[in-house]
Amino acid sequence: MSTQASRSAARTMLSPAVILLFVWMIVPLVLTLWFSFHRYNLLTPERYGFIWFQNYANFVTSPDFWGAIVNTLILVLGVLFITVVGGILIALLIDRPIWGQGPVRILVISPFFIMPPVAALVWKNMFFNPTNGLFAAAFHAIGLRPYDFLGQAPLASIIVIVAWQWLPFATLILLTALQSLSSEQLEAAEMDGAPPVKRFWYIVLPHLSRAITVVVLIQTIFLLGILVEILVTTNGGPGTQSTTLTFLVYKEALLNFDAGKAAAGGVVAVILANIVAIFLMRAIGKNLDA
Amino acid sequence: MARAVSTQRKAFNTVVAWGVALLIAFPIIWTVLTSFKPEPQAVATPPIWLGFDWTTKNYHDVVQQRGYFSFFLNSVIIALGSTALGLLIAIPAAWSMAFVPGRRTRDLLMWMLSTKMMPAVAVLTPLYLIFRTLGLLDSRLGLVVVLMLINLPIIVWMLYTYFKEIPGEILEAARMDGASLWNEILYVLTPMAIPGIASTLILNIILAWNEAFWTIILTVTDAAPLTKFISGFSSPQGLFYAKLSAASTMAIAPILIMGWFSQKQLVRGLTFGAVK
Amino acid sequence: MGQITLSKVAKRFGDAEVIPPLDLIIDDGEFVVFVGPSGCGKSTLLRLIAGLEDTSDGRILIDGKDATALGPAQRGLAMVFQSYALYPHMSVRSNIAFPLKMAGLDKAEQDRRVEGAAKVLNLTNYLDRRPGQLSGGQRQRVAIGRAIVREPAAFLFDEPLSNLDAALRVGMRLEISELHERLKTTMIYVTHDQVEAMTMADKIVVLNAGRIEQVGSPLELYRTPRNLFVAGFIGSPKMSFITGAEAQKAGGATVGVRPEHLRVSPSEGPWRGTVGVSEHLGSDTFFHVHDTGLAPVITVRADGEVALSHGDTVHLTPQADKIHRFDQNGLRI
Repeated sequence: MSTQASRSAARTMLSPAVILLFVWMIVPLVLTLWFSFHRYNLLTPERYGFIWFQNYANFVTSPDFWGAIVNTLILVLGVLFITVVGGILIALLIDRPIWGQGPVRILVISPFFIMPPVAALVWKNMFFNPTNGLFAAAFHAIGLRPYDFLGQAPLASIIVIVAWQWLPFATLILLTALQSLSSEQLEAAEMDGAPPVKRFWYIVLPHLSRAITVVVLIQTIFLLGILVEILVTTNGGPGTQSTTLTFLVYKEALLNFDAGKAAAGGVVAVILANIVAIFLMRAIGKNLDA
Repeated sequence: MARAVSTQRKAFNTVVAWGVALLIAFPIIWTVLTSFKPEPQAVATPPIWLGFDWTTKNYHDVVQQRGYFSFFLNSVIIALGSTALGLLIAIPAAWSMAFVPGRRTRDLLMWMLSTKMMPAVAVLTPLYLIFRTLGLLDSRLGLVVVLMLINLPIIVWMLYTYFKEIPGEILEAARMDGASLWNEILYVLTPMAIPGIASTLILNIILAWNEAFWTIILTVTDAAPLTKFISGFSSPQGLFYAKLSAASTMAIAPILIMGWFSQKQLVRGLTFGAVK
Repeated sequence: MGQITLSKVAKRFGDAEVIPPLDLIIDDGEFVVFVGPSGCGKSTLLRLIAGLEDTSDGRILIDGKDATALGPAQRGLAMVFQSYALYPHMSVRSNIAFPLKMAGLDKAEQDRRVEGAAKVLNLTNYLDRRPGQLSGGQRQRVAIGRAIVREPAAFLFDEPLSNLDAALRVGMRLEISELHERLKTTMIYVTHDQVEAMTMADKIVVLNAGRIEQVGSPLELYRTPRNLFVAGFIGSPKMSFITGAEAQKAGGATVGVRPEHLRVSPSEGPWRGTVGVSEHLGSDTFFHVHDTGLAPVITVRADGEVALSHGDTVHLTPQADKIHRFDQNGLRI
């Protein structure tokens, strides 16, 4: 259905979206690259000047950098592990015939709709707090000394919070994928003599592999950008124990006002995100052809 | 893969599933419960489950002392504004790509997706400076535009996948019947795509409502939405669990309810159609 | 009026030439069928006439006026789509009235024409239903109704019956033919089914790889196929082709003979073979004869009462005046 007339109409109607997104992408990116090669502190703007790769060198060699990379990896992998494994288990559970499947789904999906600051603050105060938190109360009840989660194990605590937020997403997608598996396939396998565990391993899991890939990739994109949860719970600390790459860049930009160094950090973050993005695009692009 | 199973088995599954579900939702349930407690009982050890003195005082306090409504209003304006603006720009774009696909349509879609993958921190400084220069810091307009741009790829993608499901022949029939492009979109495409457009609308209101990076960084007070409001509770100010809970409940309730109605669309929207 | 002339019309998608330049004249009131195997470009040709695709070259004249650059709505043609393309959110009445609404006719005139079309098509009782509540045949009629009310210069049908089951298809075939008798409007009908083409058409256009192989009345095509392709495409079961010495003897590089033009006998006849599968239709029986040394298989139509079993030896006699001879290039001699 393409005639000259419809094609030119299509171009006209497409252009606002394309132009806006292009500007939105290119302008800040070019500025970031520009700043990253300059000495540019918002507090001392008069010392502005071109300094080649100095910002990159400073950013990468700063003692916090490698710690932040490691923390980022731990955070992302930790959350991915919990959400994917948990998601599969819960999806399998909900997919079975149960009474009240609707309400169960609603309960499971709910955390996803909680805005990040609410999730972080609720966990921080009402669960992790060593004096008034529920966990402290639980420790008391079984005769243990309360544990200062955010103080002693800040990164693990943040992983718990973030995993709680993303578990519904993984569950929902895996459940959707699970429901598209034809029961005939499973029945055929059963006829072929495969016990439940083997049916899961050889039929269900391969069927889910695409959905798992998508979950992993999309979550990774979002998880690399986690900031607010850290900001309102540990503020990157104690020390730099829960400082991720994102948080480090944020700190350089809006706490140290070092726009140049923050920009260099931003470019590093772009490179990291792009590595993930390439894989994600491939997974989604494959679907476009189908 | 649902199959007939014995009642006993089903009962067992039901109990386990409900247990897990309640556990997952527990922080939310607990927050709502706490919001009705007097402050001292909110931090009581051992915790009080249901036998507390139910009160709505916390809600009054949050609304009156903390100026909840101005934040709420900002959230509404920003979420609805950015979504409406996004739809206005995305519907024509999605129409073009779904019904007049060209050789580059695929690349264009992937490129739109790729803009979503740019880490926000990477453009934090320049965007902050641009906003400062343009006087858009702490302005609703600025946030509406930023959130629209953040979500535009998702809106275009969702609409694209919905439009793709409408057979092109029907639009051609309209064209043969003498409908202009405008009439074709107004009388044929839009009514057929209403469910898809509604789902897109809902999901994007949710995403905009909960966006907490730019809304916190780019606002101070005037344009600050609920995300900023809640972050204000992060510095301890004595016993405030009940008020925090009341504020949180009010911040999440509208979106939680919308979310329940959009589960299916959520999957499609957030996976860019890769899982349906 | 509905006289359509295609002059040097060609269509390319990028580098791929889907339709090389072709000429065709469709007279007013004619029922023309475009027939050919899938991918032969017949639907593309229809869409070019409809204005849903741009021509790459050439001109399309409708009633003598150049319509090449006109949009689909301005050509005064109506189309019935393969999927019917009914508007699912509108009632049958609104569906049929839609083109009238777009043309800006007043409500009373819209109603008058819709009622009229509904009566002709037996849809009066279904006007307030949605397309989703109708059967396949009824949907088909609504699609036709939507086309009729416009009083178009010509109707375009794009494989309209392919989504119906066999019994309905025969019924709708008759209905469309009757409609043509009544309206006397030009109809262009695309199908891959040569039976539809033979039974409905005044004029058949056989297409293959975008080229017109032959244009003619059904019986012309049956009696004097211009080349091997048309000979093999028109007629059911297919014509059997014989090559080699026996063909030379008959005076062609290839010789074709239709199943109905072969006489079968247990003892006498020039060609000898063994019976393979027999298809008994009751009135007729089709025998597939193997091992003739002339062609892998030769199909023969015999009276329904002829009794031959698998493995029997038979002799075949072709009717001399019904043999089709083709030269090296596959053209009729």
